[in-house]
Amino acid sequence: METDATISIAEMKHTLSPWRLFWQRLRRRKIAMVGGVILILLYLVALFAGFIAPYDYNHLDTDNSFHQPAWPKLSGFHFVVPRSEAQPGNFAYREIPNDTQPVHFFVRGDKYQLFGFIPASIHLFGSDGNHPVYLFGTDQFGRDIFSRLLYGSQISLSIGVVGIFLSFTFGLIIGGVSGYFAGATDTVIMRFCELIMSIPALYLIISLRATFPPGMSSSQVYAMIIIILSCIGWASMARVIRGMTLSLREQQFVLAARSLGQSNFKIIVRHILPNTLSYVIVAATLSVPYYILGEVVLSFLGVGIQEPQASWGNMLTAAEDVQYLQNYPWLLAPSAAIFITVLAFNFLGDGLRDAADTKA
Amino acid sequence: MWQFIFKRLLHMIPLLIGVSLITFLLMSLAPGDYFTTLQQNPQISPETIAKLKAQFHLDRPWYVQYLYWFKSILHGDFGYSMSYKIPATSLIFARLWNTFVLSFFAMIFAWGVAIPLGIWAAVKKDTWVDRSCSLISFAGLSVSDILLSLLALWFAAATAWFPIGGAQSPDHDLMSPLQQFWDFTHHLILPALVLAASDLAGIMRQMRSNLLDTLRAEYVTAARARGLGEGWVIYKHALRNAINPLLTIFGYSLAALLSGAFIVENIMAWPGLGRLTMEAFFAKDSYLVVDCVVMATALLVLGNFIADILLAWSDPRIRLK
Repeated sequence: METDATISIAEMKHTLSPWRLFWQRLRRRKIAMVGGVILILLYLVALFAGFIAPYDYNHLDTDNSFHQPAWPKLSGFHFVVPRSEAQPGNFAYREIPNDTQPVHFFVRGDKYQLFGFIPASIHLFGSDGNHPVYLFGTDQFGRDIFSRLLYGSQISLSIGVVGIFLSFTFGLIIGGVSGYFAGATDTVIMRFCELIMSIPALYLIISLRATFPPGMSSSQVYAMIIIILSCIGWASMARVIRGMTLSLREQQFVLAARSLGQSNFKIIVRHILPNTLSYVIVAATLSVPYYILGEVVLSFLGVGIQEPQASWGNMLTAAEDVQYLQNYPWLLAPSAAIFITVLAFNFLGDGLRDAADTKA
Repeated sequence: MWQFIFKRLLHMIPLLIGVSLITFLLMSLAPGDYFTTLQQNPQISPETIAKLKAQFHLDRPWYVQYLYWFKSILHGDFGYSMSYKIPATSLIFARLWNTFVLSFFAMIFAWGVAIPLGIWAAVKKDTWVDRSCSLISFAGLSVSDILLSLLALWFAAATAWFPIGGAQSPDHDLMSPLQQFWDFTHHLILPALVLAASDLAGIMRQMRSNLLDTLRAEYVTAARARGLGEGWVIYKHALRNAINPLLTIFGYSLAALLSGAFIVENIMAWPGLGRLTMEAFFAKDSYLVVDCVVMATALLVLGNFIADILLAWSDPRIRLK
């Protein structure tokens, strides 16, 4: 911006950049900030899942199936965990009095790979094998639900962001091209979008899922889920961007760029798409939950992430058994994680939308 | 008006053809078919399988299969389900009816609760009513159908007030028609409530913001200036205009409802289209998957069509365009 010498210092303080204004408005919305902080915490936990989780996602403890949540207790200056034993024949665990062991911090335990490539075995906390710390209990194979929840968060949380990034990139480019060139290109692209959007999402997801072979490795399944969700997600984005481009292309700065001889591609990417950015950020934040839920549903139905790999969806499959659900309600822990994540995204997205709306 | 309806109807045909083509193409890309598993069975000779494949045109390229399929659809015949070993037409329509009933009642529940709540929240803006409504709607938007369905199953098991899943009791066939009807309704209530609960939040928020928008309009101020009572102003002037934008979200909510029904059906064992799709998917009964997808799309497109007509009926600017 050109600074005029006549502008006083006081006035300059008020000419904030659009981003600063946006940030100021966002900061005033408590609920959005709460959502943002929760999300940062969740993603940090997912990043350090191996370290924070006391066990490996596939650490079987078959003597302790359906162990109820066992929280450490404060005794003097350190935490202790009690030992529980199941009654013969059922999974009613009872604490054994006066048999406790301290919880240690930064202990060696199951091997894991920090950030996916640094081999490590130090865990934030842990205890000896007879006195396990099962914060959220165990599942039918005696696997620690808390640890699996953390490992699952790596998949569920990252799929949302990667999926959004892919489908929004496609949506932006296709929508921009469609709106900029208009005419026949536009008609063909928009008819195709309508086609995709007129199929109820889950039916389309299942048809797309059918095209992939069974017996894929876990990373292939991960990529597959992202591809499937992106194949569907780009259409609605492209439609909105196309509408915005249609009006933006009539603006004078586009005419200026064109008369300067810039290529069509450059005009779309450099001049038109940046003008849709505030909408895109809001829409992306509000759409992440759909991608997370897409993964959850696929894995829940048994066609997504496969055992023993943990995802929030396939962990919930165990809760489909009414008998399990009644007796071991802690199997629902992943759904609480899903709820908190989606709620946080909605809080943040709602605040972003209000902050981006300059009319209000 | 009739011209408008006719044009919209005509628009649906290429859409449904396109959807069926895409689904067909996807299913033809799928590795293996229904007979792949049969091939492992030493009791079935390769000749028999080849004969069966030829009978279902599975030995032909996908576009030829499509033409055969399309031809039989025109005769109102959805083919023969390979996995169920019965004609697909009766199967599909029975399941479609169940999905329709489930979604329809869920919609009535959802709109019946969401609209009054939305109005109440808008009228009592910035009071505890409004705040608790917005909290509920945030929670409702964030809760997944999976959790709600699982909780409903748990509730049914814990209280024994409702049957656990399914659409009819084992002795359904022995009942009198009246008992059968009650049995079906009894099974329907819980899944419909679950589906409605997930749909409610969005409609409530929309109703609230629509009414708030119209309450700010000048004709509302004018009505108040003329000394009309607050109730008259809200219900006769503002509300009538706040309903219009709701008709547009009717279509969106229908799409969400069908996807939600997919999940609810699969968890609560409601024999609808979504459950049939999963069963056909696992059995590799590819024609049945295509049938399901096309029928679900038809349901959605028809719903949007009705929403368009309602909108055109209530807003002359649209039908005259």
